[in-house]
Amino acid sequence: MAGGKNRVRFSKLYTWAGCFRPQSPLERQQSMSVGGPGFSRVVFCNKSEMHLQKPYRYKSNYVSTTKYNAVTFLPKALFEQFRRVANMYFLLAAILALTPVSPYSAASLIAPLVFVVGVSMCKEALEDWRRFIQDNEINNRKVKIHVGGGKFEEREWKKVKVGDIVKVEKDNFFPADLLMLSSSFPDGVCYVETMNLDGETNLKLKKSLDRTYELDGDEEFEKFEGKIRCEDPNSSLYTFVGNLEYGGDVLPLGPQQILLRDSKLRNTPFIYGVVIFSGHETKVMQNATDPPSKRSRIERKMDKIIYLLFLVLLFISVVGSIAFAARTKFDMPNWWYLQPDNTTMYYDPNQAVLSGLLHLITALILYGYLIPISLYVSIELVKVLQARFINNDIQMYHRDTDQPARARTSNLNEELGQIDTILSDKTGTLTCNQMEFIKCSIAGTAYGRGVTEVEKATARRLGKDPRQLEDASITEDRESSSIGGEGSDVEMRPMSSNSHVKGYNLKDERLQDGNWMHQPNAEEIRMFLRILAVCHTAIPEVDDATGTITYEAESPDEASFVVAARELGFEFLKRNQNSVIVKEPGPNGVPMEREYKILNLLEFNSTRKRMSVVVKDESGQIILMCKGADSIIYDRLGRNGKQYWNATKAHLAKYGDAGLRTLAISYRVLEESEYEQWNATFTKAKTTIGSDRDELLDKASDLIERDLFLVGATAVEDKLQQGVPECIDRLAQAGLKIWVLTGDKQETAINIGFACSLLRQGMHQIIVGLETPEMRAIEENGDKNQIAKAARDSITSQIEAGNQQIKLDTEDDNPHALIIDGKSLMYALEDGLKQELLKLATQCASVICCRVSPKQKAMITKLVKEGTGKATLGIGDGANDVGMIQEADIGVGISGVEGMQAVMASDFSIAQFKFLERLLIVHGHWCYKRIALMIVYFFYKNITFGLTLFYYEAFTTFSGQTAYNDWYTSLFNVFFTSLPVIALGVFEQDVSSRVCLQFPALYQQGPKNMFFTWSRILGWMANGVYSSVVAFFFTTAAFEIEAYRNDGQLAGIEELGAAMYTCVVWVVNVQVAMALSYFTWIQHVFIWGSIALWYLFVVVYGSINPTLSTTAYKVFVETLVNSPMYWFITILVPIACVLPYAVYQGYQRMFHPMDHHLIQEIHYLQKHITDPDMYKQERTKAVQKTHQGFSSRVKASMTMQETKQRFYGDGHLQGTSEKNDSLPRHVDSLLESPLINGDKAPHNNFAFRV
Amino acid sequence: MATTANAATTTPGSAIARNEVKPQSQKPIYTRFSQQEMHACKPLMTPARIVAVFMTVGVVFIPIGIATLLASTSVVELVDHYGHACLDNSAAQVNQSLRTREERISFIKNPSNPKNCTRTIRILKLMKQPIYMYYEITNFHQNHHRYVKSKSEPQLQGQQASPEQLKICAPEDSVGGQPVIPCGLVAWSFFNDTYSLALNNGTSVPVNKKGIAWKSDMDKVSSTVYASNFQNNNPSAYIGGGKLPVDSPLRDNEDLWVWMRPAALSKFRKLWGRIERDLYPGDELQVNIQNVYNCFSFNGQKKLVLSTTSWMGGKNNFVGTAYLTIGLLCVALAIGFFFMYYSHPRPLGNTKQFSWNNEKQVKQRGFQSTQPRTILR
Repeated sequence: MAGGKNRVRFSKLYTWAGCFRPQSPLERQQSMSVGGPGFSRVVFCNKSEMHLQKPYRYKSNYVSTTKYNAVTFLPKALFEQFRRVANMYFLLAAILALTPVSPYSAASLIAPLVFVVGVSMCKEALEDWRRFIQDNEINNRKVKIHVGGGKFEEREWKKVKVGDIVKVEKDNFFPADLLMLSSSFPDGVCYVETMNLDGETNLKLKKSLDRTYELDGDEEFEKFEGKIRCEDPNSSLYTFVGNLEYGGDVLPLGPQQILLRDSKLRNTPFIYGVVIFSGHETKVMQNATDPPSKRSRIERKMDKIIYLLFLVLLFISVVGSIAFAARTKFDMPNWWYLQPDNTTMYYDPNQAVLSGLLHLITALILYGYLIPISLYVSIELVKVLQARFINNDIQMYHRDTDQPARARTSNLNEELGQIDTILSDKTGTLTCNQMEFIKCSIAGTAYGRGVTEVEKATARRLGKDPRQLEDASITEDRESSSIGGEGSDVEMRPMSSNSHVKGYNLKDERLQDGNWMHQPNAEEIRMFLRILAVCHTAIPEVDDATGTITYEAESPDEASFVVAARELGFEFLKRNQNSVIVKEPGPNGVPMEREYKILNLLEFNSTRKRMSVVVKDESGQIILMCKGADSIIYDRLGRNGKQYWNATKAHLAKYGDAGLRTLAISYRVLEESEYEQWNATFTKAKTTIGSDRDELLDKASDLIERDLFLVGATAVEDKLQQGVPECIDRLAQAGLKIWVLTGDKQETAINIGFACSLLRQGMHQIIVGLETPEMRAIEENGDKNQIAKAARDSITSQIEAGNQQIKLDTEDDNPHALIIDGKSLMYALEDGLKQELLKLATQCASVICCRVSPKQKAMITKLVKEGTGKATLGIGDGANDVGMIQEADIGVGISGVEGMQAVMASDFSIAQFKFLERLLIVHGHWCYKRIALMIVYFFYKNITFGLTLFYYEAFTTFSGQTAYNDWYTSLFNVFFTSLPVIALGVFEQDVSSRVCLQFPALYQQGPKNMFFTWSRILGWMANGVYSSVVAFFFTTAAFEIEAYRNDGQLAGIEELGAAMYTCVVWVVNVQVAMALSYFTWIQHVFIWGSIALWYLFVVVYGSINPTLSTTAYKVFVETLVNSPMYWFITILVPIACVLPYAVYQGYQRMFHPMDHHLIQEIHYLQKHITDPDMYKQERTKAVQKTHQGFSSRVKASMTMQETKQRFYGDGHLQGTSEKNDSLPRHVDSLLESPLINGDKAPHNNFAFRV
Repeated sequence: MATTANAATTTPGSAIARNEVKPQSQKPIYTRFSQQEMHACKPLMTPARIVAVFMTVGVVFIPIGIATLLASTSVVELVDHYGHACLDNSAAQVNQSLRTREERISFIKNPSNPKNCTRTIRILKLMKQPIYMYYEITNFHQNHHRYVKSKSEPQLQGQQASPEQLKICAPEDSVGGQPVIPCGLVAWSFFNDTYSLALNNGTSVPVNKKGIAWKSDMDKVSSTVYASNFQNNNPSAYIGGGKLPVDSPLRDNEDLWVWMRPAALSKFRKLWGRIERDLYPGDELQVNIQNVYNCFSFNGQKKLVLSTTSWMGGKNNFVGTAYLTIGLLCVALAIGFFFMYYSHPRPLGNTKQFSWNNEKQVKQRGFQSTQPRTILR
């Protein structure tokens, strides 16, 4: 729309449904409530200074999404840290360590705590800083503000105030919620892209009030004044109630006039608007939820284990203290060598209770090894390293966008392995949001050799090479064309290597480069292309510099038609007020411009499912061109028009299977008189004002759209991102449920459902919606409460009916799919209905929610998360997915696209949806098993170690004496046992990444939580208790009383402690070696190195000055090393300790192997090479029962073929119901009440779609 | 090139600028390490290996068990409970009979009472030299925390220990402002029974008391440290155990260093000396005991132990028994696993046991039939 040269009054051209609909009583009624509660906002236009005073002091436009600021950081972050029970416990221990009761030095307890808390806080600070930088970038964006005197100056966004007049230019974001006053177009319309709000990329038309659109120059605002009264800030994106007092009149305002922050002005040079809501009061910010701090399931369970261990700790401490107090009171007076009469309060027989209490504190610190702070350090470290591996995975790197995968938070790695439900956005996530004209059927001949993603995926599944698929389709086409009569001698030409044209991917020599003229049905082809070039509502835009034409259409589908027509020689050049100029090849092939006068435009709506134009060409012939859903067109074909029907129908079915969006193309030549007669009826209907206008228009259109002649059909691919069908297929096979939550319209969503194989022929679709004539009637007339009540009743009965239907359909194997729209969700997500909805949804194989707002996405996520108690993953690319991403247990953002909001809010970011497979099935699986094993092992090793302390204490009358040197204890978790457990957490692999992908069923070990069950945890703990018993009593029995060397020497605390410690180090390291199934040199170095390090340590530490080494002084080199007893016991104890584990493992491996054990065995025997058939067969079987993904579709269609019920689907919802009663069955067929008819899209959307 | 109304491909200027600033690719580097594809050994527990491992452990452990048991049984150990008997004997010398614990305590606490007695130990088996002589005390908590830490390393190293440093020795830290050397409860409770040995034919049996303490313990003590202000040397003070000579360096008193190395448990032995001659069956050893140490307050027993050693040390059957038990257990397990596997063999990588195959079978035929029926053959 360059320079406004080509000013077309859109409002005169088309009757935009919705924009110019007469005001409904509902709106009238709503505007009356302005000023009441919830509607108290007053905005003085152009007088922002008025808002400096009470009560109009609204929030500034400065937006902050940070959690902390400089002042609040320290207290708030510290508070966050010490909300963790474990940290609180460690803090307490550290404080107590400063008192003399502590058995250890204070530094050894405080240093690790400072480290752990410090690292976590640094992480928080860094994340918040990133948010701050991003906020700053947004707050400092520039916009033109009216500064008085008709002058506009650039100011930063944060300086925008309520009441300001702003001028926003093309391709800029709106700085706040604006009331649109006027635009550069004379009739005050503008295009808005709401990508960041609802994910839709269709342009939306906004229209200013008739009274204000004349204000189209800067100077006009010098004197502009007005007063807006409207609703208070709220989060509803699609509603607005208010009025404008301007020029003495009170003008009602609706959502049509509101431009929301974060949406973008498109195709419109500039607009003027008044700021109504700013900053955090804008609708988009109201939709934002606070970034939550997420913790994984395993970690939450770990908390419970910690509570359990804390109870154990408390128990043994109390037992110890009671025993200590008792012995101090009754026995100690006899122990003269302790001088009981001259003692301190810590050992005072006269104050045994006090001594006992003090001992309790000592004991809590002493046995604190049961709850190791090093566990947190190790887990943090392991997760960071795991995250690095995720970041470094070359197979999740996307070359086109140069984006690797990124783990943005590292504390959810293991949650990736436990996901049950994936909630996915559609546009930009599953699809590239790119429509490509890929195939067509003209006059019964199929054209187009392009292969869709879905076909490729299916072919690969069947073991074919997708490249051969193209050839196959050619031969097939050849055959079909030879059936058609001739054309078998089509010249094969190399594919034109032209640069790819966006929206067009029809590869067929028979049509390209004018070759169509030599086709047998050239005239039909000419008509087909002409219809594509004429029958639409797109607007051409000429680039002045290059002269190239681009098209602006309401929907990408339509744009692809126009582009396809152009590529095949019918170039749509210009649209005038009532004519369309097309450059098309003349009869002799020479291009010429032809003008088509548009007499009428019969617009699209969801009930009609078709659109038509009536044109008069240069020869004066009147033609009705019509495109629409095949079932609708079929009903309207004339007797002669069905010539190609059967062939076309077969093609349509094929296209539907390939996941394409199809439309039938037809026309009819009208007699002048017939047209005149009809036009009168139509004009009358059009000028009617009132609620029956739509009905009259429909009826009038019906009169003329008949006796059509079918030319052919189009197939447009809503281009899925590369690899999406395979990815969905494998995710489904891994037992993951995939829900689609999209801001798009119902049909679009359903189409994509088919394309992704989330829906398929044969599924019972349960459609819950409110777009029924009855509801509409109530909406027209009823008041607000009445509407809400009717809607609620309707939704309730629909959901009930759905549940009922599923119950009835049990004997039938066909799965169900739930399709529900945002409006219905508004009621369905209310407290009473929520559970019913969830029940219905979880029984359905697929769930698709369309037209949902960002907040609803988050609410659904929450419902699934809390209702099912299972882990959810939200994946999306836009700002509208932020709520969902934050609410889900794991949020995944698609990186490398416009806008970083989704990525910023996410926990993981990947460049393509397809990487989700590897992220979950490989990394998730590994991380889950690693962390699960690591945690249980960690508890095992600390129980083993901690309880030996306890037993020894029991032998010292619980006086607080340890068998070990202080440094042994403090270094146990640092040096001698940490590296192996880290190696376990970072490197362990049960099976290789390839096998993970080959056997998706292995993933279910995570969601079923097979490796972190209580029995497993307690089993490991019991193992720890057993090991501690063996390590302690075997060592003491060996070193007890008699000489342990041949030189008659006896063992004291020092020797016993060092020997026992040696045993414990061996035990825990041998145990980890047994638990591992994957040894690289790293594991070997870490495990055996840790043991070697102990010997090295005890030698080196034992050789330094005895003041420092105390009890370790020469303990090894002088006493232990020469003792055969010592060496025998270090062999005996580890073997005895791991014996039960070995028996358990041996038994399990031998008789009840788990899946990954069997796979390991197959690989060990090389059976996957020697018996590839068996291997392949098992791989096919290793899937969860699923109804999602193309594999299940292939299977289902094979079953269907068997029963000879080949069903013609076109991939569209609408084409299906009539042919086969059972497919798809709507809820309304079960209910008498015709209230429910979900099969209709909202009729008042602006976008055009068929 | 046509543009449709969608905006997915338009990139904001900032993003482009960012790309230009950062031309180097973010592509991860390929190494076997970074892609987690390192060469690895994946030991697999096959049934044969399981049986083999248990068998190996058994086969290794049983001989060790037998060898250590033999070593232990070869040790000759003689124990004499002399504490009570000796005290009663001494009391008889002054015509007292001690019936209660209190009487015994008061008897032993009185320095004027006679404390010596003679015990006869009959040698039943040949005891080859060196024969180690130990005293054993029970119910004495040398491992009590208060007791263990009640000594000062710096002081023994000859440093001038400050009163602060000596606080751990309290109440045996200082007397009248002068530090006690050696300070602490351990030294103060120094064991002071003495033994002298003779054969029944009158030849005295010398006991070598050199080299009974660890060299490292002696190294910790400076040869310039002498006992000073030591409570037990002061007759009017509260006396715990033995006296210490003030004229010879503390370092020379090996008994003290044996005593100062705290025992791990409340029943313990301490090395007292070595007899460096063989004792033959039929020999009767006359032991003259100065029985002065008070074990009666804490209900402890005192014993004298004579023991030879084997290559493993003293008489301790535990290690041998444990080795033998675990070795036998492992052999039993190996055999058990072998037979269980033999009767219910499972081919490796048996695809029927995959969970996805199993579930169906469980439903159709019940769990039992999942195992191949080869038992009868």
